[in-house]
Amino acid sequence: MLSGRKMKDRRSLFDGAIVRRASVDALRKLSPKLMMKNPVMFVVEVGSVLTSVLLVRNTVQHTGHFRFDLQITLWLWFTVLFANFAEAMAEGRGKAQADALRLAKSETTAYRVNKSGGVDEVPSSQLRAGDVIRAVAGQMIPGDGEIIEGVASVDESAITGESAPVIREAGGDRSAVTGGTRVLSDAIMVRITSNPGETFLDRMIALVEGAERQKTPNEIALNILLAGLTIIFLLAVVTLQPFAMYSGAPQTIFVLISLLVCLIPTTIGGLLSAIGIAGMDRLVQHNVLATSGRAVEAAGDVNTLLLDKTGTITIGNRQATEFLAAPGVSGEQLADAAQLSSLSDETPEGRSIVVLAKEQFGLRGRELSKLNAEFIPFSATTRMSGIEVDKRSIRKGAVDAIARYLEEHGAKMPTEVRAAVEGVARSGGTPLVVAENGRALGVIHLKDIVKGGMKERFDQLRAMGIRTVMITGDNPLTAAAIAREAGVDDFLAEAKPKDKMDLIKREQAEGKLVAMTGDGTNDAPALAQADVGVAMNSGTQAAKEAGNMVDLDSNPTKLIEIVAIGKQLLMTRGALTTFSISNDIAKYFAIIPAMFAGVFPVLNALNIMHLHNAESAVLSAIIFNALVIVALIPLALRGVTYRPMSAAALLQRNLVVYGLGGVLVPFVGIKLIDMVITAVGLA
Amino acid sequence: MSLNGWLQILLFIALVLLLAQPVGSYMTQVFERRRTWLDGVCGPVERLLYRLTGIDAEYEMRWTEYAVAMLIFSAVTLVLTYLVERLQGMLPLNTQHLPGVPADVALNTAISFTTNTNWQSYVPETTMSYLTQMVGLATHNFWSAAVGLALAIAFVRGIARRESRTLGNFWVDLTRGTLWVLLPISFVLAIALVSQGVVQNFRPYDTATLVEPQRAAGTGGQSSAVTTQTIAQGPVASQEAIKMLGTNGGGFFNANSAHPFENPTPLTNFIEMLAIFLLPAGLTVTLGQMVGSPKHGRAVLAAMTILFAVGVTACYWAESQPNPLMHQVAQGHSEQQSGGNMEGKEVRFGVANSALFATVTTDASCGAVNAMHDSFTPLGGLVPMVNILLGEIVFGGVGAGLYGMLVFVVISVFIAGLMVGRTPEYLGKKIESYDVQMSMLYLLIFPLVILGFAAVSVMMPSTGLSVLANKGPHGLSEILYAYASATGNNGSAFAGSNWNTHWYNDSIGVAMFIGRFLMIVPMLAIAGNLARKKIVPASAGTFPVTTPLFTLLLVGVIVVVGALTFFPAISLGPVLEHLLLHAGQTF
Repeated sequence: MLSGRKMKDRRSLFDGAIVRRASVDALRKLSPKLMMKNPVMFVVEVGSVLTSVLLVRNTVQHTGHFRFDLQITLWLWFTVLFANFAEAMAEGRGKAQADALRLAKSETTAYRVNKSGGVDEVPSSQLRAGDVIRAVAGQMIPGDGEIIEGVASVDESAITGESAPVIREAGGDRSAVTGGTRVLSDAIMVRITSNPGETFLDRMIALVEGAERQKTPNEIALNILLAGLTIIFLLAVVTLQPFAMYSGAPQTIFVLISLLVCLIPTTIGGLLSAIGIAGMDRLVQHNVLATSGRAVEAAGDVNTLLLDKTGTITIGNRQATEFLAAPGVSGEQLADAAQLSSLSDETPEGRSIVVLAKEQFGLRGRELSKLNAEFIPFSATTRMSGIEVDKRSIRKGAVDAIARYLEEHGAKMPTEVRAAVEGVARSGGTPLVVAENGRALGVIHLKDIVKGGMKERFDQLRAMGIRTVMITGDNPLTAAAIAREAGVDDFLAEAKPKDKMDLIKREQAEGKLVAMTGDGTNDAPALAQADVGVAMNSGTQAAKEAGNMVDLDSNPTKLIEIVAIGKQLLMTRGALTTFSISNDIAKYFAIIPAMFAGVFPVLNALNIMHLHNAESAVLSAIIFNALVIVALIPLALRGVTYRPMSAAALLQRNLVVYGLGGVLVPFVGIKLIDMVITAVGLA
Repeated sequence: MSLNGWLQILLFIALVLLLAQPVGSYMTQVFERRRTWLDGVCGPVERLLYRLTGIDAEYEMRWTEYAVAMLIFSAVTLVLTYLVERLQGMLPLNTQHLPGVPADVALNTAISFTTNTNWQSYVPETTMSYLTQMVGLATHNFWSAAVGLALAIAFVRGIARRESRTLGNFWVDLTRGTLWVLLPISFVLAIALVSQGVVQNFRPYDTATLVEPQRAAGTGGQSSAVTTQTIAQGPVASQEAIKMLGTNGGGFFNANSAHPFENPTPLTNFIEMLAIFLLPAGLTVTLGQMVGSPKHGRAVLAAMTILFAVGVTACYWAESQPNPLMHQVAQGHSEQQSGGNMEGKEVRFGVANSALFATVTTDASCGAVNAMHDSFTPLGGLVPMVNILLGEIVFGGVGAGLYGMLVFVVISVFIAGLMVGRTPEYLGKKIESYDVQMSMLYLLIFPLVILGFAAVSVMMPSTGLSVLANKGPHGLSEILYAYASATGNNGSAFAGSNWNTHWYNDSIGVAMFIGRFLMIVPMLAIAGNLARKKIVPASAGTFPVTTPLFTLLLVGVIVVVGALTFFPAISLGPVLEHLLLHAGQTF
């Protein structure tokens, strides 16, 4: 279900315009005020400044090894720039998207209803919460609000990227409209609910642009770890100089700073914020807006998913799958009556009965107008629908409703029919009883159709340690049957909004994190209580405000993808941290012998990579350290490959790839770089 | 290397692992205040102590209260020891009429024994009276070990408890650890040692007439005839037992466990090594039981065992190598000789048991020695040094080893925990920025003190370098080892140099103090913070801390984070010395 816009975005991971903008931004981000936020890269920048100053001084004084010192200085600056570039790339896509959204935000004219009931023309920027406006076909809705009168079809493609119009109407769960969308037909009265600058569009722009990006809790913790490691390695390098002097082999600042930069976790330090931004961006690609990065992290931690049955686990409509005729009634008789009673029933259930009758007994649909029939619509009091035709009086409805109808005609529900009804209910279906002229003909089996592939997805979730709970208004018997068929772990039957809330609280009391979707106003408290609450964009304003994410596609199944994105975000951080730290081993073996083999040739025994000479060894290590950041930008932006599996299996796989790989890759990389720079005569 | 040597090492490992289970279970019972078979003896004493001191055994402490209680207790006992040392000339049980201990040595020693370091810059038999040894020093062997036990248990409670603000009662943990664990086991050990010839008396020193009179060089170039030898005595066995069991390591005699009255036979040697690992190994089982995941305890024990096995193998191998400078002499292992490097080793222990003892005593923060680490080959000596630099978490000191290891567990879980796609959790506790912050602080203090003091020392030729008996990389190794030993509260030394100077007495005193108490505070802060958290129930998505993979990960993180910090310094010390030795240069 990819919209055109999403397809385009996926293609443009390294879009030319974004790369150009990112290159400029990388330079702008050199400002120490911005760099301070990233302690690891700040240390590298300070080192770069220091070597630059020393390079100038050495050049003036004709001391030092100009060619080596210059290269070290340049690569140190590249290290900083590459990290900045990664961050700018991650922000780039969001910025491009924000530009597109700004177009929708352009100033429009609002038709504000004044006290006397007349209409004033005011610029949309002057609207305040509480104002009431009128919008007719062809007009842009000037601000977020709630429809208080009328029904209209609305083009929301500016926000959702989906071009098919949606229906918005007063009352109920589809009353919210968003500023920047366009009314296609009819006219509506809207009560504005947000002030200028606080609209959904404003929030969305700020979000995709990363302007309000705050570090998430886990990111802060990781930053502390990286800062701690940086201090430890700083200590190791600073104290190395006295030991080197004691040993009679003092080092130049260039070499010491190279060692420091190689040891501190620059790979993850340089890519950390890019990973976070890209994670949020991936959500946007899936047309989900999160109000905070915290919610995305929480999504990775979710223990329990609450899923509404209808629309999420089952396709929204039930379908007739079987005719169960009463004793003495043929299947065809039953099908005929059922078909007649359903001919003018335009609900999906009604249509499916007509289809089934045709499939099983070849009964063709008949033209109602030619039959001279009277259709009896479903009413809340009788809870039956039916038809009066040719002196045939056909009714269909729930078992108790039909039983009452039969009693009025002095008849009783045959026990066989009752048994059939129970059988259907136990299997998770909904029984409809058909009666004609006071006689029960049999039962139609309406079945909830579980969406394809759901069982596999729930199996995957289970493997990830996530429990799924189906929420349904059905009775426990039906709920149990559907739960079994869909493969969810648990269900909440005959659920009222309060039950949902209680379930969430109960799970949370056990220390679990809960995710759910919702759209109605009565979902709002539960959405707010859940750790991850995804509101449907088609839902009410209250629901959207209560949740911490909004799904623009209004697709409840999206929750599963959101969880995967959250996990992928955390995994990418962990993988690159592990990789970064494991890299240090090879760098030691490159730089330590290079530092001291001049004075103590025996230390060449540690030069296990057989690097060409001391200068080439230090250069290779620092070049590898810088290039690996660039090489890992795509991984940081896309996230590590995520396949649902148990934590133990994931850990094993990732430890081998990023832990063991992190130990081995730099040995190969540094050796290759050494061969290249030796060949081209740079060292 | 010989088969006999390997069999002894394997027997040792097997016995350690075998004893861990019963000892650990017993400690769980003791600290969870369940019934034990010693209740009849210890119970009345415990109740009497609480009544006398007015302690409410049911009172639960927050981590800050726990820390303050621990610090007050340590401070008071430190002052007590200092006073006993200073005033010993006026106190009884001073058969040799020794004067009061000088102020800087007395303070260094008081800190040293309070911090479970037992660094000794003095010669015990000519400095400390029997009373000082017993009341001033041996008591600390019990107390500092009991404090370590209490702290480890508090940390484990922090992991195990759910939404609790408290970690237990320090006074109760201290009392129960001493009465139920340390005293009874020490008693049995002391009896075993006496049976092998370890002395236990209050007699004045014996004087023996030498069968072969010696000539000794005196001051001013004249030599004098030596016809008698003074043989020191004392209540040794009682102190020796707790010296090992409590991973203290402070010798009754200067020669420590190389002295025949401290460690007379191969059997006592074996028992003493076993005593060092007994409680630290048992604590991993206690950890598993108290947090409700015995498998996790075993995973931690496995990580310790792997690091230990690697260390002892490297040390035994290095010490068995022939000296490359004496290639003309047959140095192989044979019926006639042990082979390898016997300098500084006791003949009754040989290479295998000396290498094993050195590895054990530095893995744990014991510091007792049965051979001179300074005389080991460069790589052989590298093993004890690295063991200490890793933070003495391979089994480690009583209690201190476990909580040090658990800080590494927290870091490992945080680094790799993310890779399963969840915010890192350790046994259901989310590891958040505060925990990481305190863990990094804990990890930071260690290299800061060691590398900082060592760097300052090598920059001061007169105060720092003049005491060194060896120059070059070996001198650097000696200084690094001294500060590592002090900060890690080990107490052993590359004893080739004279450390009894003002600079080293003071700076090592500071290092010991920081290495113990400054590291305890962030550790308890983590425990307090963990205790407050909810426990997220385990599921298939939970980071597994019970698997062999976790064990390997933990070992990896310890090696990468712990050892790489010191790699540059080590490469200029033992590594360079080793390479130069094979190039024909010694120091």
